[in-house]
Amino acid sequence: MVTSTPPTNRIGLTMADYKGAPSTLCDGCGHDAITAQIIKAFYELGKEPHMVAKLSGIGCSSKTPAYFLNRSHGFNSVHGRMPSVATGVSVANHTLSLIGVSGDGDTASIGLGQFCHLVRRNVPMIYIIENNGVYGLTKGQFSATADLGSKLKSGVMNELPPIDLCGLAIELGCSFVGRSFAGDPKQLVALLKAAGSHKGTAVIDVISPCVTFNNHEGSTKAYKYAKEMETPLHELGYIPFFEQISVDYEPGTMQEVEMHDGSKIRLKKTERNYDPTNQTQAIMTIKEAHDKKEFLTGLLYVNENVEDFTTMMNVGDAPLATLPQEVIRPAKSVLDEIMAGLK
Amino acid sequence: MKTLAADSKEKLEQGRVVNDFSIQVATVNGSGSQSSNSVLMRSIFQMGIPVSGKNLFPSNIAGLPTWFTIRVNKNGYVARKSDIEILVAMNPQTAIDDVKSLSTGAVCISPVELKLDAIRKDVLHYQVPFTELAAKASENLKLRKLLMNMLYVGVVAELLNIDHGQIENSISKQFEGKTKAIDLNLNAVKIGREWARENLKKEDPYFVEPMDKTQGKIIIDGNAACALGSLFAGVTVVTWYPITPSSSLCEQLIDYLKDYRIDKETGKASFAVIQAEDELAAIGMALGAGWAGARSMTSTSGPGISLMAEFTGYGYFTEIPTVIFDVQRVGPSTGMPTRTSQADLISAYTLSHGDTKHIVLLPGSIVECYEMAGEAFELAEQFQTPVFVLTDLDLGMNNWMSDPFEYPTKPISRGKVMTAADIEKAGKFERYRDVDGDGIPYRTLPGTDHPQAAYFTRGSGHNEKAGYTEKPEDYVNLMDRLEKKFQTARKFVPAPVVSVEKGAKIGIIAFGSSDFAVIESRDQLKAANIPTSYLRVRALPFTDDLRKFVETHDHVYVVEQNRDAQMRDLIRLELPELAMKIRSVKHYDGLPIDARFVTDAIMEQER
Repeated sequence: MVTSTPPTNRIGLTMADYKGAPSTLCDGCGHDAITAQIIKAFYELGKEPHMVAKLSGIGCSSKTPAYFLNRSHGFNSVHGRMPSVATGVSVANHTLSLIGVSGDGDTASIGLGQFCHLVRRNVPMIYIIENNGVYGLTKGQFSATADLGSKLKSGVMNELPPIDLCGLAIELGCSFVGRSFAGDPKQLVALLKAAGSHKGTAVIDVISPCVTFNNHEGSTKAYKYAKEMETPLHELGYIPFFEQISVDYEPGTMQEVEMHDGSKIRLKKTERNYDPTNQTQAIMTIKEAHDKKEFLTGLLYVNENVEDFTTMMNVGDAPLATLPQEVIRPAKSVLDEIMAGLK
Repeated sequence: MKTLAADSKEKLEQGRVVNDFSIQVATVNGSGSQSSNSVLMRSIFQMGIPVSGKNLFPSNIAGLPTWFTIRVNKNGYVARKSDIEILVAMNPQTAIDDVKSLSTGAVCISPVELKLDAIRKDVLHYQVPFTELAAKASENLKLRKLLMNMLYVGVVAELLNIDHGQIENSISKQFEGKTKAIDLNLNAVKIGREWARENLKKEDPYFVEPMDKTQGKIIIDGNAACALGSLFAGVTVVTWYPITPSSSLCEQLIDYLKDYRIDKETGKASFAVIQAEDELAAIGMALGAGWAGARSMTSTSGPGISLMAEFTGYGYFTEIPTVIFDVQRVGPSTGMPTRTSQADLISAYTLSHGDTKHIVLLPGSIVECYEMAGEAFELAEQFQTPVFVLTDLDLGMNNWMSDPFEYPTKPISRGKVMTAADIEKAGKFERYRDVDGDGIPYRTLPGTDHPQAAYFTRGSGHNEKAGYTEKPEDYVNLMDRLEKKFQTARKFVPAPVVSVEKGAKIGIIAFGSSDFAVIESRDQLKAANIPTSYLRVRALPFTDDLRKFVETHDHVYVVEQNRDAQMRDLIRLELPELAMKIRSVKHYDGLPIDARFVTDAIMEQER
């Protein structure tokens, strides 16, 4: 009998070591496709699972951290408030890598405030929005990202304008903003890896069709619609710091962005000539895409020169969480000094 | 210029009243009177005489009335006293009402132009040309307004015979290192004092005389005491949203952390403070940090507690340590943000939907604010749950005379946390299994390098392995273990302080800042031939001492500062068969409870 050993990554773990419990979502759910890419990205990056913390809010998307990275601690929090939990975890232990999964209801409605403040603080983490335009767990009500004129199964039309979470994040100074599609695994995995190399909040808004409540004709978050309409801003490549490859390319056709950890994002340009380091262009591009009803994907904006929140806290190398008593309890002489001053 | 009431003359003849009176200063908020009131209070304190100060202020930045009351009491009573002996009526807006509220024979010091002597003939008036004197104190118009406050300090000091050396010391302390400010203020005090000496004839009976009752004591507010308790408990993550009356807890903590918790060599901090966007986020951050292993806390007041409800239930259900300080103010809703109350008791105890119960610590003194802050961090990690520390505006924001704080003797304990080596030794780790039979499970921290260390924290139904479940038996198992853990907590929370009076048929039960009034009231009741025993509750859940206390008295009065007799109701629920023995004394007008109120209420029911 021949047993084949499964391949391993740079730290000697197999893909299975990055998997989670079986998904309980509907067959064909976009979220499961995203889960698969998260597993792949973390495996290929060779991240140590025990140094990752998974976080989420409430909703179908927020269940997914149970379906990947079984060896990482997970925190399925309350509705719309994963950002505050992530902020607390990040300052308590800055040596952890944080990945948060949220949905459009969790982020754009009940959690909009916390989302904004997470971005404003630039808390270092990957923040994924699995965006399907509806509330799945409560059976198909519109969310705040549903497009104007998009229709529910029952024929009810959405009459309120959508909140564009990427546009909002860029406006708030987010240092890494991408948009992708659950049906575009190649681009998504590259974006996820790039986000993993970023030191700051990396927001990735992934259109992730809800096969049960929002995958019909007339929905702008359906597989068919997204597949037909997706327009990548560029072809996205990611080269990790541990395997630098040089590629020859014609001058002007490629843009390279060096990430915090030395990894590189390579963007093969299209005729749009999009530059993701230009914030103003990013905002204008998103605005124009709305007007033209375009579905643009790719790395919308990146800025590697913004200090992240946890660095701003100015703590030492050891995490606050595990500092010993000698460090966290001042000496008796300190209390004596304070008492003397109050006499 | 001054009138002499017959009653005062009588008092004067009877003799001097030494070290036993209250001074109330009425000013406009934002006028700078806080410094002069502190100087006045501290000077008396430094003469060795017990004092307490209460700031009654509006929810406003500048221009509204504010009153500061200094109680001088040789017996060491520090509760509020409703009768005022000496009024300093500096605020024209309220002067008429202020002087009307005095008892016959009281003293009123006021600006001469207010002509308050025309309103109350039965009060002893000292009228002072403050505006004229202020002109002497400074040429600068803006400064004159501020120095006006130091002028009354001078007048009061002269009338009461406050030692000038102590005034000098207090001013130096108040304006630490600012020589110009010290000189200017000291000069204003002198001008006031000299004018009073030359122009006023002492006709009231009130005097201070040096004692030795404040030797070694400190003056501090409860919020600073809680901050110090947290500092020495080793807090590492502090999250907060500004709200009166709790803001100064975190603000003072930030100052202490910056002074004492930044490594002098590396410049690195051993803490993180986050001013959150709201209380929803503040508690979320605190729980996230507690989950990751930090000693975390947040501090708030009533409206913040309401906002924290959902997350606090999450913390209870998923078993995450954190400490929540609630400096209570008057509710419901916005209520009266600058007035005191004990009305968050039941909401804190059972905060959140579903079956939830929390450990609540109830400090009744400044020393306990410090000690219980420290204890809260220990209990939170021991029991892996949010722990409340309930103080109130009276304790938190007023300056109190206190014994100095003791350095903690117990080492910091992080509770049942398993390391990779522990898991290896045990052979397994299950997050929610009651291994030791005390209801308290083991936890691991993210970052623990062991394939079995990770678990998934969820606010939904979970089994002993932290897996998702909707099975009825799993849910019951979990809820029963949480209850068992809560019962274990009874043996570890601070026990009540009990004082049994021989022959006393009635008992008094109180908690928190009501203690000051109850101490004094018991002496008043004793003098009226009603001896009482006293039990001061210091935590929820109750300990076994409560039952014994109630059983051994004919009946007990539960004294508290809320309308609904919340503590009485909790005691009745705890001891249903003794419910008929439990009576109530409630004070809920937003002012701190006073001894006379307690005494009158009990005597009324004892008649």
